[in-house]
Amino acid sequence: MTKKNKYYPVNRHGPVTVISLTGEIDMQTSPNAREQMLDILKKKGSLLVDLSKTKYIDSSGVASLVEGLQLAKSRKLSFALVEVSHSVNQVLQLARLDKVFPIHQTLEQALTAMGTQEQG
Amino acid sequence: MDHPAIEVNSLSAHYGDRLILDNVTLTVDYGEIHVIMGGSGSGKSTLLRHLLALNRPTSGYIKLLGRDINSISEIELDELRREMGVAFQGGALFGSMTVGENIQLPLKEHTRLNESTMRIMSRMKLEVMNLAGFEDLMPSELSGGMIKRAALARAVVMDPKLLFLDEPSAGLDPVVAAELDQLILRLREAMNITIVVVTHELESAFTIADHITVLDSGRILITGAVDEVRNSSNQRVQDLLMRRVSMAVVDGDAYLQRLTG
Repeated sequence: MTKKNKYYPVNRHGPVTVISLTGEIDMQTSPNAREQMLDILKKKGSLLVDLSKTKYIDSSGVASLVEGLQLAKSRKLSFALVEVSHSVNQVLQLARLDKVFPIHQTLEQALTAMGTQEQG
Repeated sequence: MDHPAIEVNSLSAHYGDRLILDNVTLTVDYGEIHVIMGGSGSGKSTLLRHLLALNRPTSGYIKLLGRDINSISEIELDELRREMGVAFQGGALFGSMTVGENIQLPLKEHTRLNESTMRIMSRMKLEVMNLAGFEDLMPSELSGGMIKRAALARAVVMDPKLLFLDEPSAGLDPVVAAELDQLILRLREAMNITIVVVTHELESAFTIADHITVLDSGRILITGAVDEVRNSSNQRVQDLLMRRVSMAVVDGDAYLQRLTG
């Protein structure tokens, strides 16, 4: 699988789908991450983005998260980030986006806040 | 990384017969802010043009991100340029495009990102530069400080690894200049960009720099950490820092020859 058509792992927790953005989310990979996130929001509903395995995210990746949040709000769905590393948080803070996204410390907290319990 | 972000080695450059850069050697580490200072005619702008691969040196080499910019192919140079952002002194914004279009331009040229992603990316950079809501204005409708910030937004829209800033605070009032310095520091902190700033603004240099190189008549007078430069005992460095004029030694015969020859 090339970097461009990477498929990001997803898990279902009740009504919430969790997508894990692994590795580097840059201008090569973000279009695919974006498409997958928007697709889940359109077809399955609320989305939690797990950033615990994200090594690096650039502006195109952050912009894709913004698009996800925007779509979720327009459809009255939940969209949140979990396990945001210090480096990713710095990128969010630079554009004051840490005030825009719901950000949770742990998967359990996020799922509780999004109205479900972790079911494995 | 086993190499510095920028390596300039024994670089010499001429304009015609005139030696402009004389055996310049310096390195810039990843994540460093390196300020190049010097008076008019010191060679600092020429050094910048060489760092951007706009000019070819007479001798010596420059490596950016480990690649020798004068020996790589045009395709490799084009790829390298995608990792570089530049904000020129006058802003160099296209007057026929809106601020937003100017900022999106590198994305449209170099990427195949979705239109909506590009729009959000450019708006994010406008937010960072405190220019939110100005995307539909034309550059002619902006103040000098706003043009500098818009140029900076365009320079970083591709999240470059290397950022080159030519006189970022020249012509700005002290408050706006200080704001711009803080922006540069925030950009480095959040994005870990390696930044080279060419400036003759002392206060700005001492605020933002990790290391300073002072050029004089094409040669490096001193290169070192801020305090090393500030406390240098070199008379010429202190003259430049204190803005004392240096009087060239007059060779009477050569002068007469220039006037009459």
